[in-house]
Amino acid sequence: MPGVAMSGRVLTVEDLRVTLPVPAGTLHAVQGVSFHVDRGETLCIVGESGCGKTLTALAVMDLLPSRARRTAARLELEGQSLAGAGERAIADIRGNRMAMIFQEPMTSLNPAYTIGNQLEEALLRHRRVGRKQARERALYLLDRVGIPSAARRLNQYPHQLSGGLRQRVMIAMALMCGPALILADEPTTALDVTIQAQILHLLAELQREFAMGLVLITHDLGIVARIATRVAVMYAGQVVETGTAQAIFSAPAHPYTRGLLACIPVPGKTRRGDRLGTIPGMVPSLIGEMRGCRFAGRCPYVAGACRESEVPLETGLETGGEQDHLVRCIRHAEIAGLAAPSEAVVS
Amino acid sequence: MSAAAASGAADGAPIIEARGAARTFRVSAGLFKGKHTLRAVDGVDLAIRPGEVVALVGESGCGKTTLARMLLGLLAPSSGDIRINGKPSGSLARREIARLVQPVFQDPYSSLNPRKSVGSIITLPFRAQRDPEPATWRKRVEEMMERVGLARRLYDNYPSQLSGGQRQRVAIARALINQPRLVICDEPTSALDVSVQSQILNLLEDLRRSMGLTYLLISHNLAVVEHMATRVAVMYLGRIVEEAETDALFRAPRHPYTRALLQSVLTPEPGRGVPDTGLGAAYPDPLAVPPGCRFHPRCAQAVAHCRTHAPTPIASGAGFVECHLYDASLQREMPK
Repeated sequence: MPGVAMSGRVLTVEDLRVTLPVPAGTLHAVQGVSFHVDRGETLCIVGESGCGKTLTALAVMDLLPSRARRTAARLELEGQSLAGAGERAIADIRGNRMAMIFQEPMTSLNPAYTIGNQLEEALLRHRRVGRKQARERALYLLDRVGIPSAARRLNQYPHQLSGGLRQRVMIAMALMCGPALILADEPTTALDVTIQAQILHLLAELQREFAMGLVLITHDLGIVARIATRVAVMYAGQVVETGTAQAIFSAPAHPYTRGLLACIPVPGKTRRGDRLGTIPGMVPSLIGEMRGCRFAGRCPYVAGACRESEVPLETGLETGGEQDHLVRCIRHAEIAGLAAPSEAVVS
Repeated sequence: MSAAAASGAADGAPIIEARGAARTFRVSAGLFKGKHTLRAVDGVDLAIRPGEVVALVGESGCGKTTLARMLLGLLAPSSGDIRINGKPSGSLARREIARLVQPVFQDPYSSLNPRKSVGSIITLPFRAQRDPEPATWRKRVEEMMERVGLARRLYDNYPSQLSGGQRQRVAIARALINQPRLVICDEPTSALDVSVQSQILNLLEDLRRSMGLTYLLISHNLAVVEHMATRVAVMYLGRIVEEAETDALFRAPRHPYTRALLQSVLTPEPGRGVPDTGLGAAYPDPLAVPPGCRFHPRCAQAVAHCRTHAPTPIASGAGFVECHLYDASLQREMPK
């Protein structure tokens, strides 16, 4: 294992763009996304389907579909640039210093190999170790992620495990080489709520123990609130708001963030039969050139200026926000005191 | 609106009732290993009265969907019976059941025929019921479309041209076109984005009030259950292990499994972390239901008695709980 640095920047992403050619033109899936993750920190990227959150993660891992085009001003893992690195250099890093956990473990586990084989593979590929040492580490990690009778499981195949156990195996596999960064894309969406809570509890615990940077991608605001150090809210390919979990949930500044929070029922807060907030309209098409705020078409506070030019991601300091609380809305200061969009829209 | 309608207070005879309903399946245990019996539903009593919104919650494989299919008359119980309006569902024609009970499924991408237009999908129940006034069908379908928030101009569109939310509205319109008494909503918003989910939940609540509907809501999202339901039944490996009024259940869950379920709800409150539910990594397997209390392998409070004796329902408030912890006669005998 390499020496574990307990602090410092793990991942820096600046002005990441991903485009995909489609029959109707060019789809701008990710449009200038910037974020960073430190050791011991959990960044949650939250947004609805099609907002670009998964492609952002795949772009960092260099796992984009071959027809996609990626550009970035900076894309660095522990100070080393990933943007210009060749395929072999990336292959040396992936599964080693950064690892990814996917939504559906069954699609990322090979059904023809035993759990043990698949766990050991990463270590044998990236480290000068023998099979025996690799097996020891696999056993240690299966045990650590809470898999009962781990020794027996090493010789089993993925289909012999339940969904929750498979996701634990995926986590153990990601940890094999002691990565500095883990990207988890909807790691619990396919699981039952009880298993979801267990897996997230485990992830948070391991992330602290090994002082890793964790990027967790989800659509679930409950998960975000409970696990995130910092949050990036994505909409239509852009980060529209970013800040600490505390800031995002106690003082959401972007109309989209405010709208999303109004949509979800919260036991003990929303009363039965009360109307939930809604966000009318649909996500704009990401094909072709766009101008102005992407959310303008659905925003209850939209003004003429919103549609005129690109809206920068800027601090909300003047509204009492924190230094690292950034918002992509030219009216955020004006609307800060106004009622939530749901109340404004629903009579 | 009356207070009764607002609170969904229930009175009158049950629209539908399961009495000791059970359903087993013979499934292959693997190559050369013969067949096993899977007890999907194992003796369930559940009554749904007019105006109620009863939620059925539990993990995948607990038998929620099998129970729903029995209530819909799509699956006959292996033992016990299902009564609709007091009559055994076996004595009713499929068409009569469909007139009274209608489903809305989870995935609006697979539950709508991609080769039929929106109009013909919503009209189909009229054909199935041999509605005597074909001349009025189009008008009535358009009115129903408007009612569920679909523009009339979508009448000739196909499902592939609609968004997920619009498709679910089509599924709701199709379920409601013959004005059923009970709608069984099986994870109606699980496949939808958050902002669309709230629109569909609002719609279901509006329709319930305006059309006097009764719902059985199957969901794993307990925040949604708390928001919609008047009563909750918690299912575990084929049995209802606790049933209570929604407020009581969320305020004071009794069964250890219910407590773990509620702990697993991640409300959007930063700083609270992810709780440890204490359930362990054992997973419920309907092919190998444990002896005694079926929850005991995952229960932190299980004692020796739980491993050998199956608990029976113990009345509790307006519902019941199936757990030895609440059996007064046992509390005296059992060592702490």
